[in-house]
Amino acid sequence: MHTARAAMRSLDPRRLAATLVFPLLGVLLALLPGVAKADDTAWDDIRTELYGAEQSFEPAAGIISLEVPYRALDAATVPITVTSGIPQTEDRYIRSLTLIVDENPAPIVGTFHFSPANGIASISTRVRVNAYTNIRAIAETNDGTFYMAAEYVKASGGCSAPASGDQEAAMARMGKMKLRQLGTWRQNEIAEAQFQVSHPNYSGFQQDQVSQLWIPAHYVRSIELTLGEREILRFDGDISISENPTFRFFVKPQGPQVLHAKVVDSEDKVFEQSWPLQLEPSS
Amino acid sequence: MRHDRRALLRATAALALGTLSGLLLPAAPGYAPARAALPVSEVAEGIFVRFGLHEEVTAANCGAIANIGFIVGEDSVAVIDSGTTHAQGLALRDAVATVTDKPVSHLFATHVHFDHCFGHSAFSDLPLRSIGHRNLPRALAERGPFYKDMLARICPDLAGAAVVPPNETVEDTLEVDLGNRPLRIRAWPTAHTNTDLTIFDVKTGMLWSGDLIFAERLPTLDGSINGWLKVLEELLPEEVLRVIPGHGAVSDGRAALATQRRYLEFLRDEVRQAIAEGLDIQETLTRIGNVNKQNWQVFDLNHGRNIVSAYTELEWE
Repeated sequence: MHTARAAMRSLDPRRLAATLVFPLLGVLLALLPGVAKADDTAWDDIRTELYGAEQSFEPAAGIISLEVPYRALDAATVPITVTSGIPQTEDRYIRSLTLIVDENPAPIVGTFHFSPANGIASISTRVRVNAYTNIRAIAETNDGTFYMAAEYVKASGGCSAPASGDQEAAMARMGKMKLRQLGTWRQNEIAEAQFQVSHPNYSGFQQDQVSQLWIPAHYVRSIELTLGEREILRFDGDISISENPTFRFFVKPQGPQVLHAKVVDSEDKVFEQSWPLQLEPSS
Repeated sequence: MRHDRRALLRATAALALGTLSGLLLPAAPGYAPARAALPVSEVAEGIFVRFGLHEEVTAANCGAIANIGFIVGEDSVAVIDSGTTHAQGLALRDAVATVTDKPVSHLFATHVHFDHCFGHSAFSDLPLRSIGHRNLPRALAERGPFYKDMLARICPDLAGAAVVPPNETVEDTLEVDLGNRPLRIRAWPTAHTNTDLTIFDVKTGMLWSGDLIFAERLPTLDGSINGWLKVLEELLPEEVLRVIPGHGAVSDGRAALATQRRYLEFLRDEVRQAIAEGLDIQETLTRIGNVNKQNWQVFDLNHGRNIVSAYTELEWE
Protein backbone atom coordinates (compact mmCIF):
# COMPACT_ATOMS: atom_id res chain seq x y z
CA MET A 1 0.00 0.00 0.00
CA HIS A 2 2.70 2.42 1.01
CA THR A 3 4.87 1.34 -1.89
CA ALA A 4 2.04 1.82 -4.38
CA ARG A 5 1.33 5.26 -3.02
CA ALA A 6 4.97 6.22 -3.17
CA ALA A 7 5.22 4.97 -6.75
CA MET A 8 2.18 6.98 -7.82
CA ARG A 9 3.65 10.04 -6.22
CA SER A 10 6.96 9.61 -7.96
CA LEU A 11 5.20 9.85 -11.34
CA ASP A 12 3.51 13.10 -10.45
CA PRO A 13 5.57 15.85 -12.18
CA ARG A 14 5.10 18.24 -9.26
CA ARG A 15 6.36 15.56 -6.92
CA LEU A 16 9.27 14.95 -9.24
CA ALA A 17 10.16 18.61 -9.18
CA ALA A 18 9.82 18.57 -5.46
CA THR A 19 12.19 15.61 -5.25
CA LEU A 20 14.78 17.63 -7.08
CA VAL A 21 14.29 20.90 -5.26
CA PHE A 22 13.56 19.78 -1.71
CA PRO A 23 16.92 18.22 -0.89
CA LEU A 24 18.55 21.58 -1.54
CA LEU A 25 15.80 23.35 0.33
CA GLY A 26 16.24 20.82 3.11
CA VAL A 27 19.88 21.69 3.42
CA LEU A 28 19.04 25.38 3.62
CA LEU A 29 16.26 24.80 6.13
CA ALA A 30 18.47 22.58 8.23
CA LEU A 31 20.64 25.62 8.84
CA LEU A 32 17.72 27.48 10.38
CA PRO A 33 16.65 25.92 13.67
CA GLY A 34 12.93 25.57 14.19
CA VAL A 35 11.79 26.13 10.62
CA ALA A 36 9.22 23.63 9.33
CA LYS A 37 10.66 20.95 7.08
CA ALA A 38 9.31 20.24 3.65
CA ASP A 39 8.12 16.64 4.05
CA ASP A 40 4.36 17.04 4.14
CA THR A 41 3.33 13.43 3.56
CA ALA A 42 1.69 13.04 6.95
CA TRP A 43 0.22 16.52 6.86
CA ASP A 44 -1.48 15.89 3.49
CA ASP A 45 -3.52 13.13 5.11
CA ILE A 46 -4.22 15.06 8.29
CA ARG A 47 -5.42 18.22 6.53
CA THR A 48 -7.73 16.23 4.29
CA GLU A 49 -9.22 14.45 7.26
CA LEU A 50 -9.60 17.58 9.38
CA TYR A 51 -10.44 20.29 6.88
CA GLY A 52 -11.04 18.67 3.50
CA ALA A 53 -8.63 18.88 0.57
CA GLU A 54 -9.85 22.33 -0.56
CA GLN A 55 -9.26 24.31 2.62
CA SER A 56 -6.59 26.97 2.27
CA PHE A 57 -4.42 28.33 5.06
CA GLU A 58 -3.10 31.85 5.29
CA PRO A 59 0.43 32.52 6.55
CA ALA A 60 0.28 33.07 10.28
CA ALA A 61 2.58 36.12 10.42
CA GLY A 62 0.95 38.84 12.53
CA ILE A 63 -1.86 36.53 13.68
CA ILE A 64 -0.11 33.83 15.66
CA SER A 65 3.47 32.76 16.31
CA LEU A 66 4.46 29.28 17.40
CA GLU A 67 7.34 28.59 19.75
CA VAL A 68 8.70 25.09 20.20
CA PRO A 69 12.06 23.92 21.52
CA TYR A 70 14.65 23.08 18.87
CA ARG A 71 14.93 19.61 20.36
CA ALA A 72 12.30 17.73 22.33
CA LEU A 73 14.35 16.97 25.45
CA ASP A 74 11.73 14.79 27.08
CA ALA A 75 9.51 12.95 24.60
CA ALA A 76 6.70 12.86 27.17
CA THR A 77 6.69 16.61 27.81
CA VAL A 78 7.49 19.09 25.07
CA PRO A 79 6.45 22.63 25.96
CA ILE A 80 4.86 24.66 23.18
CA THR A 81 3.58 28.21 23.15
CA VAL A 82 1.30 29.92 20.68
CA THR A 83 1.29 33.70 20.98
CA SER A 84 -1.50 35.68 19.41
CA GLY A 85 -0.66 38.85 17.54
CA ILE A 86 -4.16 40.30 17.65
CA PRO A 87 -6.33 41.37 20.59
CA GLN A 88 -9.60 39.47 21.19
CA THR A 89 -12.37 41.97 20.47
CA GLU A 90 -16.07 41.26 19.89
CA ASP A 91 -15.56 42.24 16.22
CA ARG A 92 -12.49 40.19 15.52
CA TYR A 93 -11.05 37.34 17.52
CA ILE A 94 -9.40 33.96 17.30
CA ARG A 95 -12.18 31.44 17.68
CA SER A 96 -10.09 28.30 17.87
CA LEU A 97 -6.56 27.02 17.84
CA THR A 98 -5.72 23.47 16.77
CA LEU A 99 -2.37 21.84 17.54
CA ILE A 100 -0.97 19.07 15.37
CA VAL A 101 2.13 16.89 15.72
CA ASP A 102 2.46 15.45 12.21
CA GLU A 103 4.40 12.27 12.98
CA ASN A 104 2.65 11.18 16.18
CA PRO A 105 0.41 8.07 16.14
CA ALA A 106 -2.48 10.41 17.02
CA PRO A 107 -1.32 13.64 15.34
CA ILE A 108 -4.21 15.89 16.35
CA VAL A 109 -3.35 17.11 19.85
CA GLY A 110 -6.64 18.95 20.21
CA THR A 111 -8.46 22.21 19.71
CA PHE A 112 -8.72 25.16 22.08
CA HIS A 113 -11.82 27.33 21.77
CA PHE A 114 -11.49 30.96 22.81
CA SER A 115 -13.80 33.95 23.21
CA PRO A 116 -13.36 37.73 23.34
CA ALA A 117 -13.31 37.34 27.16
CA ASN A 118 -9.75 36.03 26.94
CA GLY A 119 -8.40 39.43 25.97
CA ILE A 120 -5.75 37.60 24.00
CA ALA A 121 -5.85 34.05 22.62
CA SER A 122 -2.32 32.96 23.53
CA ILE A 123 -1.75 29.55 25.05
CA SER A 124 1.08 27.36 26.39
CA THR A 125 0.79 23.64 26.85
CA ARG A 126 2.83 20.42 26.68
CA VAL A 127 2.63 17.66 24.12
CA ARG A 128 4.11 14.24 23.47
CA VAL A 129 6.51 14.03 20.54
CA ASN A 130 7.32 10.58 19.16
CA ALA A 131 9.63 11.39 16.29
CA TYR A 132 11.30 14.12 14.25
CA THR A 133 8.25 16.08 13.24
CA ASN A 134 6.60 19.27 12.20
CA ILE A 135 4.36 20.79 14.84
CA ARG A 136 1.53 23.00 13.58
CA ALA A 137 -0.73 25.59 15.13
CA ILE A 138 -3.82 26.48 13.13
CA ALA A 139 -5.88 29.47 14.22
CA GLU A 140 -9.39 30.13 12.99
CA THR A 141 -10.63 33.69 13.32
CA ASN A 142 -14.32 34.49 13.79
CA ASP A 143 -14.66 35.30 10.06
CA GLY A 144 -13.76 31.67 9.24
CA THR A 145 -10.22 32.28 7.97
CA PHE A 146 -7.52 29.75 8.88
CA TYR A 147 -3.94 30.75 9.64
CA MET A 148 -1.18 28.21 10.03
CA ALA A 149 2.24 28.32 11.71
CA ALA A 150 4.60 25.34 11.67
CA GLU A 151 7.90 24.53 13.31
CA TYR A 152 10.19 21.52 13.15
CA VAL A 153 11.21 19.63 16.28
CA LYS A 154 13.92 17.03 16.64
CA ALA A 155 12.97 13.98 18.67
CA SER A 156 14.47 13.50 22.10
CA GLY A 157 16.87 10.60 21.66
CA GLY A 158 18.06 9.13 24.94
CA CYS A 159 15.95 7.12 27.33
CA SER A 160 12.91 9.35 27.62
CA ALA A 161 9.74 7.99 26.01
CA PRO A 162 6.26 9.39 25.44
CA ALA A 163 5.07 7.34 28.41
CA SER A 164 4.71 7.92 32.13
CA GLY A 165 7.64 7.41 34.46
CA ASP A 166 5.42 6.83 37.46
CA GLN A 167 1.94 5.58 36.58
CA GLU A 168 1.06 4.79 40.19
CA ALA A 169 1.54 8.41 41.23
CA ALA A 170 -0.44 9.60 38.20
CA MET A 171 -3.35 7.26 38.89
CA ALA A 172 -3.41 8.03 42.63
CA ARG A 173 -3.73 11.76 41.85
CA MET A 174 -6.21 11.47 38.99
CA GLY A 175 -8.70 14.32 38.88
CA LYS A 176 -6.79 16.64 41.20
CA MET A 177 -6.77 20.17 39.74
CA LYS A 178 -4.79 23.33 40.26
CA LEU A 179 -5.37 26.90 39.22
CA ARG A 180 -2.61 29.49 39.54
CA GLN A 181 -3.13 33.17 38.94
CA LEU A 182 0.21 34.36 37.55
CA GLY A 183 1.33 37.92 38.15
CA THR A 184 -1.07 40.62 39.26
CA TRP A 185 -4.79 40.34 38.51
CA ARG A 186 -7.02 43.38 38.29
CA GLN A 187 -10.56 43.93 37.07
CA ASN A 188 -10.78 44.46 33.28
CA GLU A 189 -7.07 43.87 32.78
CA ILE A 190 -5.70 40.91 30.86
CA ALA A 191 -4.06 38.40 33.21
CA GLU A 192 -2.43 35.00 32.86
CA ALA A 193 -3.63 31.80 34.51
CA GLN A 194 -2.32 28.27 34.66
CA PHE A 195 -4.76 25.38 34.81
CA GLN A 196 -3.67 21.80 35.45
CA VAL A 197 -5.53 18.55 35.91
CA SER A 198 -3.76 15.43 37.07
CA HIS A 199 -4.56 12.62 34.68
CA PRO A 200 -2.38 9.89 33.14
CA ASN A 201 -3.77 10.81 29.71
CA TYR A 202 -2.84 7.31 28.87
CA SER A 203 -2.40 6.38 25.22
CA GLY A 204 -2.85 2.67 25.91
CA PHE A 205 -1.58 -0.07 23.67
CA GLN A 206 -2.88 -3.03 21.77
CA GLN A 207 -2.33 -6.47 23.17
CA ASP A 208 1.38 -7.06 23.37
CA GLN A 209 2.14 -10.40 21.70
CA VAL A 210 4.73 -11.50 24.23
CA SER A 211 3.58 -10.11 27.53
CA GLN A 212 -0.14 -10.59 26.74
CA LEU A 213 -0.80 -7.17 28.23
CA TRP A 214 -3.54 -4.97 26.95
CA ILE A 215 -4.40 -1.61 28.40
CA PRO A 216 -7.00 0.62 26.79
CA ALA A 217 -6.43 4.32 26.20
CA HIS A 218 -7.61 6.54 29.03
CA TYR A 219 -7.33 10.23 28.31
CA VAL A 220 -8.88 13.62 28.89
CA ARG A 221 -11.50 14.27 26.23
CA SER A 222 -12.60 17.75 27.15
CA ILE A 223 -11.86 20.57 29.55
CA GLU A 224 -14.28 23.48 29.95
CA LEU A 225 -13.35 26.56 31.90
CA THR A 226 -16.04 29.11 32.65
CA LEU A 227 -15.77 32.50 34.33
CA GLY A 228 -19.05 33.60 35.81
CA GLU A 229 -21.52 32.52 33.16
CA ARG A 230 -19.15 32.75 30.24
CA GLU A 231 -17.08 29.96 28.73
CA ILE A 232 -13.53 31.26 28.49
CA LEU A 233 -11.64 28.20 27.32
CA ARG A 234 -12.69 24.82 26.02
CA PHE A 235 -10.29 22.10 24.99
CA ASP A 236 -11.23 18.99 23.04
CA GLY A 237 -8.27 16.68 23.11
CA ASP A 238 -6.64 13.35 22.53
CA ILE A 239 -3.65 11.28 23.64
CA SER A 240 -0.93 13.57 22.29
CA ILE A 241 -1.39 16.09 25.08
CA SER A 242 1.07 15.27 27.88
CA GLU A 243 0.18 13.52 31.10
CA ASN A 244 -1.43 15.97 33.56
CA PRO A 245 -2.80 18.36 30.91
CA THR A 246 -1.53 21.87 31.67
CA PHE A 247 -2.52 25.15 30.02
CA ARG A 248 -1.39 28.72 30.47
CA PHE A 249 -3.93 31.11 29.02
CA PHE A 250 -5.22 34.64 29.39
CA VAL A 251 -8.44 36.08 30.67
CA LYS A 252 -9.86 39.53 31.34
CA PRO A 253 -11.80 39.26 34.61
CA GLN A 254 -14.91 41.44 34.86
CA GLY A 255 -14.87 41.39 38.65
CA PRO A 256 -14.40 38.99 41.58
CA GLN A 257 -15.84 36.06 39.64
CA VAL A 258 -15.62 32.33 40.15
CA LEU A 259 -13.65 30.21 37.68
CA HIS A 260 -15.13 26.79 37.20
CA ALA A 261 -13.47 23.78 35.56
CA LYS A 262 -15.19 20.68 34.22
CA VAL A 263 -13.03 17.84 32.91
CA VAL A 264 -14.44 14.78 31.16
CA ASP A 265 -12.25 11.80 30.27
CA SER A 266 -12.60 8.96 27.79
CA GLU A 267 -14.23 6.74 30.44
CA ASP A 268 -16.83 9.48 31.01
CA LYS A 269 -15.41 10.28 34.41
CA VAL A 270 -16.24 13.90 35.28
CA PHE A 271 -14.06 16.08 37.51
CA GLU A 272 -15.18 19.56 38.60
CA GLN A 273 -13.77 22.33 40.75
CA SER A 274 -14.23 26.07 41.31
CA TRP A 275 -11.92 28.85 42.44
CA PRO A 276 -12.93 32.40 43.43
CA LEU A 277 -10.52 34.75 41.65
CA GLN A 278 -8.27 36.94 43.77
CA LEU A 279 -8.11 40.48 42.35
CA GLU A 280 -5.94 43.40 43.37
CA PRO A 281 -7.57 46.84 43.60
CA SER A 282 -7.67 48.56 40.19
CA SER A 283 -4.69 50.75 39.46
CA MET B 1 44.46 -15.87 40.28
CA ARG B 2 46.39 -17.46 37.45
CA HIS B 3 43.15 -19.15 36.38
CA ASP B 4 41.32 -15.84 36.39
CA ARG B 5 43.92 -14.18 34.23
CA ARG B 6 43.79 -17.02 31.72
CA ALA B 7 40.03 -16.79 31.65
CA LEU B 8 40.27 -13.11 30.94
CA LEU B 9 42.78 -13.69 28.17
CA ARG B 10 40.50 -16.29 26.61
CA ALA B 11 37.55 -13.93 26.83
CA THR B 12 39.54 -11.12 25.24
CA ALA B 13 40.75 -13.42 22.46
CA ALA B 14 37.20 -14.54 21.73
CA LEU B 15 36.04 -10.95 21.58
CA ALA B 16 38.90 -10.03 19.27
CA LEU B 17 37.87 -12.93 17.05
CA GLY B 18 34.32 -11.66 17.15
CA THR B 19 35.54 -8.27 15.97
CA LEU B 20 37.49 -9.88 13.20
CA SER B 21 34.55 -11.98 12.04
CA GLY B 22 32.52 -8.80 12.14
CA LEU B 23 34.91 -7.34 9.62
CA LEU B 24 34.88 -10.43 7.49
CA LEU B 25 31.15 -11.02 7.57
CA PRO B 26 29.54 -7.62 7.69
CA ALA B 27 26.28 -8.90 6.18
CA ALA B 28 25.58 -11.50 8.87
CA PRO B 29 23.31 -9.74 11.36
CA GLY B 30 24.78 -11.56 14.38
CA TYR B 31 28.27 -10.38 13.55
CA ALA B 32 27.99 -6.65 13.10
CA PRO B 33 31.11 -4.90 14.42
CA ALA B 34 29.35 -3.44 17.46
CA ARG B 35 28.72 -6.96 18.65
CA ALA B 36 32.11 -7.49 20.15
CA ALA B 37 33.83 -4.16 20.11
CA LEU B 38 34.19 -3.86 23.87
CA PRO B 39 36.12 -6.15 26.23
CA VAL B 40 34.86 -7.89 29.36
CA SER B 41 36.88 -7.62 32.58
CA GLU B 42 36.75 -9.59 35.81
CA VAL B 43 36.12 -6.99 38.53
CA ALA B 44 35.83 -9.43 41.47
CA GLU B 45 36.08 -13.18 41.80
CA GLY B 46 33.66 -14.61 39.23
CA ILE B 47 32.12 -11.23 38.33
CA PHE B 48 32.65 -9.98 34.78
CA VAL B 49 31.66 -6.59 33.39
CA ARG B 50 31.57 -5.10 29.93
CA PHE B 51 31.90 -1.39 30.66
CA GLY B 52 29.80 0.95 28.57
CA LEU B 53 31.07 4.07 26.81
CA HIS B 54 30.26 7.54 28.11
CA GLU B 55 28.71 8.63 24.83
CA GLU B 56 25.31 9.38 23.37
CA VAL B 57 23.88 6.51 21.31
CA THR B 58 25.40 6.60 17.81
CA ALA B 59 25.59 4.29 14.80
CA ALA B 60 29.22 3.65 15.73
CA ASN B 61 28.63 2.56 19.33
CA CYS B 62 25.15 1.15 18.68
CA GLY B 63 24.15 2.00 22.21
CA ALA B 64 26.91 0.04 23.96
CA ILE B 65 26.85 2.66 26.71
CA ALA B 66 25.82 0.74 29.83
CA ASN B 67 27.64 -1.70 32.09
CA ILE B 68 26.48 -5.27 31.46
CA GLY B 69 27.96 -8.59 32.55
CA PHE B 70 27.61 -11.80 34.54
CA ILE B 71 28.31 -13.62 37.79
CA VAL B 72 29.63 -17.22 37.82
CA GLY B 73 28.56 -19.64 40.60
CA GLU B 74 29.55 -23.27 41.19
CA ASP B 75 26.56 -24.57 39.23
CA SER B 76 25.51 -21.84 36.86
CA VAL B 77 25.78 -18.26 35.65
CA ALA B 78 23.57 -15.19 36.08
CA VAL B 79 23.69 -12.62 33.30
CA ILE B 80 22.89 -9.09 34.45
CA ASP B 81 21.70 -6.82 31.65
CA SER B 82 22.34 -7.57 28.01
CA GLY B 83 23.07 -4.32 26.17
CA THR B 84 21.16 -2.46 23.49
CA THR B 85 21.10 -5.02 20.70
CA HIS B 86 20.75 -8.73 19.99
CA ALA B 87 24.37 -8.63 18.81
CA GLN B 88 25.59 -7.24 22.11
CA GLY B 89 23.63 -9.95 23.92
CA LEU B 90 25.26 -12.59 21.73
CA ALA B 91 28.69 -11.15 22.43
CA LEU B 92 28.00 -11.36 26.14
CA ARG B 93 26.85 -14.94 25.75
CA ASP B 94 30.10 -15.70 23.92
CA ALA B 95 32.06 -14.05 26.72
CA VAL B 96 30.32 -16.31 29.26
CA ALA B 97 31.23 -19.38 27.19
CA THR B 98 34.89 -18.42 27.07
CA VAL B 99 35.05 -18.13 30.87
CA THR B 100 33.02 -21.17 31.90
CA ASP B 101 31.13 -24.21 30.62
CA LYS B 102 28.39 -23.69 33.21
CA PRO B 103 24.94 -22.88 31.86
CA VAL B 104 23.28 -19.49 32.12
CA SER B 105 20.44 -20.08 34.60
CA HIS B 106 19.31 -16.51 35.29
CA LEU B 107 18.97 -13.37 33.19
CA PHE B 108 18.27 -10.11 35.01
CA ALA B 109 17.09 -6.75 33.70
CA THR B 110 18.04 -3.93 36.08
CA HIS B 111 15.39 -1.67 34.46
CA VAL B 112 13.44 -0.88 31.28
CA HIS B 113 16.01 1.24 29.41
CA PHE B 114 17.15 -0.12 26.08
CA ASP B 115 20.85 0.14 26.81
CA HIS B 116 20.39 -2.44 29.58
CA CYS B 117 17.91 -5.04 28.41
CA PHE B 118 17.37 -4.88 24.64
CA GLY B 119 19.94 -7.66 24.10
CA HIS B 120 17.76 -10.14 26.01
CA SER B 121 16.64 -11.78 22.77
CA ALA B 122 20.12 -13.33 22.47
CA PHE B 123 19.18 -15.62 25.39
CA SER B 124 15.64 -16.49 24.26
CA ASP B 125 16.48 -20.09 23.27
CA LEU B 126 17.83 -20.96 26.74
CA PRO B 127 15.66 -22.51 29.50
CA LEU B 128 16.51 -19.83 32.04
CA ARG B 129 14.71 -17.67 34.59
CA SER B 130 14.43 -14.20 33.08
CA ILE B 131 13.78 -11.84 35.97
CA GLY B 132 12.71 -8.21 36.25
CA HIS B 133 10.81 -5.71 38.38
CA ARG B 134 7.05 -6.19 38.68
CA ASN B 135 6.51 -3.08 36.53
CA LEU B 136 8.87 -4.22 33.80
CA PRO B 137 6.48 -6.13 31.48
CA ARG B 138 4.15 -3.15 31.21
CA ALA B 139 6.98 -0.64 30.84
CA LEU B 140 8.54 -2.72 28.05
CA ALA B 141 5.21 -3.05 26.26
CA GLU B 142 4.70 0.73 26.43
CA ARG B 143 8.19 1.80 25.51
CA GLY B 144 9.51 -1.10 23.47
CA PRO B 145 8.14 -0.07 20.06
CA PHE B 146 9.15 3.56 20.59
CA TYR B 147 12.72 2.67 21.58
CA LYS B 148 13.01 0.19 18.71
CA ASP B 149 11.92 2.78 16.15
CA MET B 150 14.35 5.31 17.56
CA LEU B 151 17.25 2.85 17.60
CA ALA B 152 16.44 1.46 14.16
CA ARG B 153 17.13 4.92 12.74
CA ILE B 154 20.64 5.00 14.17
CA CYS B 155 21.75 1.45 14.81
CA PRO B 156 22.39 -0.97 11.95
CA ASP B 157 22.50 -4.17 14.02
CA LEU B 158 19.15 -3.70 15.71
CA ALA B 159 17.19 -5.16 12.81
CA GLY B 160 14.98 -8.10 13.67
CA ALA B 161 15.61 -8.02 17.42
CA ALA B 162 12.59 -8.52 19.64
CA VAL B 163 11.96 -6.81 22.97
CA VAL B 164 11.75 -9.69 25.43
CA PRO B 165 9.87 -9.28 28.72
CA PRO B 166 10.88 -11.28 31.82
CA ASN B 167 9.20 -14.63 32.54
CA GLU B 168 9.31 -13.90 36.25
CA THR B 169 8.86 -10.64 38.14
CA VAL B 170 9.95 -9.47 41.58
CA GLU B 171 7.42 -7.76 43.81
CA ASP B 172 9.83 -6.80 46.57
CA THR B 173 12.74 -9.20 47.22
CA LEU B 174 13.97 -12.53 45.91
CA GLU B 175 16.90 -14.86 46.63
CA VAL B 176 18.50 -17.12 44.07
CA ASP B 177 21.59 -19.36 44.28
CA LEU B 178 24.04 -20.09 41.47
CA GLY B 179 25.71 -22.86 43.55
CA ASN B 180 27.41 -21.64 46.71
CA ARG B 181 26.76 -18.18 45.32
CA PRO B 182 23.59 -16.67 46.77
CA LEU B 183 22.25 -13.50 45.17
CA ARG B 184 19.76 -11.16 46.86
CA ILE B 185 17.46 -9.35 44.47
CA ARG B 186 15.51 -6.25 45.35
CA ALA B 187 12.82 -4.41 43.41
CA TRP B 188 12.77 -0.73 44.41
CA PRO B 189 10.01 1.87 44.52
CA THR B 190 10.06 4.39 41.63
CA ALA B 191 13.47 6.09 41.52
CA HIS B 192 15.66 6.24 38.37
CA THR B 193 12.72 4.48 36.63
CA ASN B 194 9.69 2.59 37.91
CA THR B 195 11.46 -0.72 37.14
CA ASP B 196 14.71 -0.54 39.16
CA LEU B 197 16.14 -3.87 40.33
CA THR B 198 19.44 -4.49 42.16
CA ILE B 199 21.44 -7.70 42.55
CA PHE B 200 23.60 -8.23 45.65
CA ASP B 201 26.32 -10.89 45.54
CA VAL B 202 26.63 -12.04 49.15
CA LYS B 203 29.98 -13.76 48.60
CA THR B 204 31.92 -10.66 47.55
CA GLY B 205 29.70 -7.92 49.00
CA MET B 206 29.25 -6.59 45.46
CA LEU B 207 26.07 -4.67 44.64
CA TRP B 208 25.06 -4.55 40.98
CA SER B 209 23.14 -1.30 41.28
CA GLY B 210 21.92 -0.78 37.74
CA ASP B 211 21.23 2.90 37.07
CA LEU B 212 20.38 3.65 40.70
CA ILE B 213 24.02 4.76 40.71
CA PHE B 214 25.72 6.57 37.86
CA ALA B 215 29.46 7.20 38.11
CA GLU B 216 31.08 9.84 35.88
CA ARG B 217 28.14 9.91 33.45
CA LEU B 218 25.29 12.26 34.32
CA PRO B 219 22.37 10.44 36.02
CA THR B 220 19.19 10.47 33.94
CA LEU B 221 15.89 10.94 35.72
CA ASP B 222 13.01 8.91 34.29
CA GLY B 223 11.07 7.96 37.43
CA SER B 224 10.87 10.17 40.50
CA ILE B 225 13.45 12.60 41.87
CA ASN B 226 12.01 12.44 45.39
CA GLY B 227 11.74 8.66 45.13
CA TRP B 228 15.32 8.33 43.94
CA LEU B 229 16.72 10.50 46.75
CA LYS B 230 14.82 8.33 49.21
CA VAL B 231 16.14 5.09 47.70
CA LEU B 232 19.71 6.43 47.92
CA GLU B 233 19.33 6.63 51.70
CA GLU B 234 19.13 2.85 51.98
CA LEU B 235 20.89 1.63 48.86
CA LEU B 236 24.33 1.08 50.43
CA PRO B 237 24.14 -0.57 53.86
CA GLU B 238 27.42 -1.68 55.44
CA GLU B 239 27.32 -5.13 53.91
CA VAL B 240 27.78 -3.55 50.47
CA LEU B 241 31.56 -3.41 49.97
CA ARG B 242 31.74 -2.71 46.23
CA VAL B 243 29.35 -1.36 43.62
CA ILE B 244 29.01 -1.97 39.90
CA PRO B 245 27.10 1.11 38.77
CA GLY B 246 24.89 1.16 35.69
CA HIS B 247 27.46 3.46 34.08
CA GLY B 248 31.03 4.15 35.17
CA ALA B 249 33.75 2.52 37.24
CA VAL B 250 33.53 0.00 40.08
CA SER B 251 34.21 1.46 43.52
CA ASP B 252 32.90 1.22 47.08
CA GLY B 253 30.08 3.39 45.78
CA ARG B 254 30.03 5.92 48.60
CA ALA B 255 31.65 8.83 46.78
CA ALA B 256 29.71 8.13 43.59
CA LEU B 257 26.46 8.06 45.54
CA ALA B 258 27.30 11.31 47.35
CA THR B 259 28.15 13.07 44.08
CA GLN B 260 24.96 11.87 42.50
CA ARG B 261 22.91 12.90 45.53
CA ARG B 262 24.38 16.40 45.38
CA TYR B 263 23.37 16.68 41.74
CA LEU B 264 19.83 15.46 42.39
CA GLU B 265 19.37 17.69 45.43
CA PHE B 266 20.57 20.72 43.51
CA LEU B 267 18.19 19.85 40.67
CA ARG B 268 15.28 19.41 43.08
CA ASP B 269 15.96 22.67 44.93
CA GLU B 270 16.44 24.78 41.79
CA VAL B 271 13.36 23.39 40.07
CA ARG B 272 11.24 23.85 43.21
CA GLN B 273 12.39 27.46 43.37
CA ALA B 274 11.53 28.05 39.69
CA ILE B 275 8.06 26.55 40.14
CA ALA B 276 7.45 28.71 43.22
CA GLU B 277 8.38 31.80 41.20
CA GLY B 278 5.91 30.88 38.44
CA LEU B 279 8.53 30.04 35.81
CA ASP B 280 7.32 27.62 33.14
CA ILE B 281 9.38 24.69 31.85
CA GLN B 282 11.09 26.68 29.10
CA GLU B 283 12.01 29.51 31.45
CA THR B 284 13.33 26.98 33.96
CA LEU B 285 15.49 25.40 31.25
CA THR B 286 16.85 28.81 30.35
CA ARG B 287 17.69 29.57 33.97
CA ILE B 288 19.38 26.29 35.00
CA GLY B 289 19.98 24.38 31.77
CA ASN B 290 23.70 25.10 31.83
CA VAL B 291 24.53 25.11 35.52
CA ASN B 292 25.85 22.44 37.91
CA LYS B 293 27.79 20.72 35.14
CA GLN B 294 30.79 19.95 37.39
CA ASN B 295 32.66 16.96 35.92
CA TRP B 296 29.66 15.08 34.52
CA GLN B 297 30.00 13.42 31.14
CA VAL B 298 27.20 13.33 28.54
CA PHE B 299 25.71 16.34 30.31
CA ASP B 300 23.98 18.68 27.88
CA LEU B 301 20.82 17.00 26.63
CA ASN B 302 20.44 14.80 29.69
CA HIS B 303 20.55 17.69 32.13
CA GLY B 304 17.78 19.46 30.22
CA ARG B 305 15.75 16.26 30.15
CA ASN B 306 16.22 15.89 33.92
CA ILE B 307 14.96 19.42 34.49
CA VAL B 308 11.77 18.71 32.54
CA SER B 309 11.28 15.42 34.35
CA ALA B 310 11.83 16.95 37.79
CA TYR B 311 9.58 19.91 36.94
CA THR B 312 6.59 17.75 36.00
CA GLU B 313 6.95 15.78 39.22
CA LEU B 314 7.62 18.62 41.65
CA GLU B 315 4.81 20.87 40.41
CA TRP B 316 2.40 18.36 42.04
CA GLU B 317 4.04 18.41 45.47
